[in-house]
Amino acid sequence: MSDPRPVPLLTLRGIGKSFLGVRVLDGVDLDVAPGEVHAVVGENGAGKSTLMKIVSGGYTPDEGTVEFAGEPRTFRGPRDAQRAGVGIIHQEFNLLPERTVAENVYLGHEPVRRGLVDRRGMLDRTRQLLASIGETALPADARVGQLGVAQQQVVEIAKALALDARLLIMDEPTAALADHEVELLYGLVRRLQERGIGLLYVSHRLAEVFDLSGRITVLKDGRRVTTVDTADATADELVRHMVGRELSSYYPDRADADDPGPVRLSVRDAGNRKLRGVSLELRAGQVLGIGGLQGSGRSALARALFGVSPFSTGEVTLAGKPVRLRSPRAAMRAGIAYVTEDRKAEGIVPRQSVLDNALLASRAVFAARSGHAARTERVRELLAAVEVRAAGDDQEIRFLSGGNQQKVVLARWLALNPRILLFDEPTRGIDVGAKSAIHNLIRRLAQDGAAVLMISSDLPELLGMSDRIVVMRDGRIAGELPAGATEEDVMALAVGTVREAAA
Amino acid sequence: MSALSLLPARRPVPGVFVALTLTLAIGWLVVLLDGGQLFNQSTTVSLLHVAAGLGLVAVGQTLVILGGSLDLSVAYVISLSTLVAAETMNGSDGAVLPAIGLVLAVSAGIGLFNGLLVTKLRVNAFIATLGVGLLLKGYLDNGYDGPAGTTAPSLVQSLGYQRVGPVPVSFLLLVAVTAAAWFALSRTRFGHHLIAVGGDPEVARLSGVRNDRVLVTAHMLCSMCAGLAGIYLASRLGSGAPRVGTEGLYDLESIAAVVIGGTALAGGRGGVVGTVGGVLLLASIDAIFNQLEVDAFFKQVIRGAIIIAAVAVYARRAMRKAA
Repeated sequence: MSDPRPVPLLTLRGIGKSFLGVRVLDGVDLDVAPGEVHAVVGENGAGKSTLMKIVSGGYTPDEGTVEFAGEPRTFRGPRDAQRAGVGIIHQEFNLLPERTVAENVYLGHEPVRRGLVDRRGMLDRTRQLLASIGETALPADARVGQLGVAQQQVVEIAKALALDARLLIMDEPTAALADHEVELLYGLVRRLQERGIGLLYVSHRLAEVFDLSGRITVLKDGRRVTTVDTADATADELVRHMVGRELSSYYPDRADADDPGPVRLSVRDAGNRKLRGVSLELRAGQVLGIGGLQGSGRSALARALFGVSPFSTGEVTLAGKPVRLRSPRAAMRAGIAYVTEDRKAEGIVPRQSVLDNALLASRAVFAARSGHAARTERVRELLAAVEVRAAGDDQEIRFLSGGNQQKVVLARWLALNPRILLFDEPTRGIDVGAKSAIHNLIRRLAQDGAAVLMISSDLPELLGMSDRIVVMRDGRIAGELPAGATEEDVMALAVGTVREAAA
Repeated sequence: MSALSLLPARRPVPGVFVALTLTLAIGWLVVLLDGGQLFNQSTTVSLLHVAAGLGLVAVGQTLVILGGSLDLSVAYVISLSTLVAAETMNGSDGAVLPAIGLVLAVSAGIGLFNGLLVTKLRVNAFIATLGVGLLLKGYLDNGYDGPAGTTAPSLVQSLGYQRVGPVPVSFLLLVAVTAAAWFALSRTRFGHHLIAVGGDPEVARLSGVRNDRVLVTAHMLCSMCAGLAGIYLASRLGSGAPRVGTEGLYDLESIAAVVIGGTALAGGRGGVVGTVGGVLLLASIDAIFNQLEVDAFFKQVIRGAIIIAAVAVYARRAMRKAA
């Protein structure tokens, strides 16, 4: 707090943004000085991505002002922001794998001599640019598709610098990197700092935030909680700021912890490309919550159990018998149901009727001719039982609300009498009333003897619904918590401030 | 950072030239055993003539496919162009240049229309260019029952039949157009942007490329290439022919040649040199089967098999690359 900060490069004041009446950002202030690394942290859904998109021209704010290099600016789009000197490195790279490094770096503003693209000049300038950030080993004429993830990230950074970026936004830059590559990124960030470039560094991982940043801003539920000097901050304090909400909504009663049901499914030391050493048990009558940050392997776990991307190592037993779940079909036959996270893309067939959507799984699994009428009748009953609100069973499902769509998806699976249900973000994008209906349905299924696995980023939901909670990090299980754990407990495991239970 | 990743990008020689060499070698042998001679003057000349016509269309087709689009109207543009050329010249040598100018202007206009449908109205390229093709078909079917107009004798002599050794002038025209297209793709901003748009339109847009403008230009160039092919055919036939484009299957054959030549049908990867390889391969198969007097239907079967095999080989390669 001693030296006076230089004139800020970027100043945000009172930024607010709503989508469809939902406030995702509210009165956010933030500034970045040249040569400063300013970290932005917060839970999933805290508003980090929206804020970054506002800075980089992806969205325009509803309220508040953006000042860049001392001038108030309203970026009309990403190109506008780029020209002004704001570069953004997305988690998913914006590169053409079939083109060379130089062609990518100068795409859209290729150097020209006498009306023709100056290929040699383009290569030379790319080499200089790479050298200026200490990346002499990366050939400017290599095809980008041949490069590793870390090198592609360097190309992205060079691409931003070729446009004279003065502010660089890095959105989870280490998410795709291996451990030794993270070190390289650290060096790169420091060299960018020395050049006087301001960095907005968005990350879930507190360790790197402490290693790199000068200041940290914590966002929660779209608001800025605090901005602290990194030197004065502690990890515990940050985690407390990131969570610490009141448990306000009502959740159905949990299962009796003293009388656990039999183990329906157990996984021992299983892994695949995204998961390592996963062991867990699903018990009849219980809801096992899965916590963790985006990309920590939660969905990969559900997809492995449902046979979408199966485990390649380890062992899975169903009611005591070892099984291999190699396809969704095999998993369905074994009595497993999977309510996916992305309802629009993976859950519903938008232009088909409510009834057709609900019959999808039954039709796929059972022989076409037998029992058709009985199955339809049963599905109709289930639709009524889960209280789907639709103009009729023949209405196209895309016209239903998110909550009602989710109930139809649920009815689809219940028609198969599953013994094990996997829910991935079951209430995402669903309004409050329908949320508690879904919660009650999940609990009732457990009471009827099903084993439930529920992935949720919504911490109150995770804590309120789960009989046990497994927290994942980097494709592994970071720890298991009993019912009654706090948000801090979950976040601490998820971001890795406490040592893993099994190292 | 494996050592492999540090190699500079080499533009690999498209596998189509390996296939072409093999086909010619095997074809030569088989024709020899049959008692014929594959590489005599007349077969070579006719092979190159076939290649010239298809090649002009396919080079244009390569441009739109590289950009992630497609043009199914080329066959009708060719037919129309033969008529525009022959009727404008009406047998007079003095009208050659105006006729060529008019053909290029008309075809560029059609390309512009195609391009605007694809970019501004966001009609799928397959549907848009098919629709434009059907519009042209309606005009042609309504107005013409058979050949019309007369190509100027000087053009018939030069572009139609003149040769330098065994190489027809028309094939030299193809070489020139190919060279120009290659140059445009590798040395102009337009070329770089076109490949970027085909590779990933979003990346291109975010990098400041004006996607629509680039694609419209590509469509215009594609149609103009079809127009050139029409002029060539008019000089071969001596008159305008309202069905020459469709009877020659120039729409599908040009796309096949592009794909055999290693250009990704989804865009973003490939080039015109490979396309010429694909054209020569298709023309060689034609020549070989003509020499052997193989049944025309069987010939189609073999062509189909080659196209499928080529795409399968490229798909496997792409899969290996991804792994």
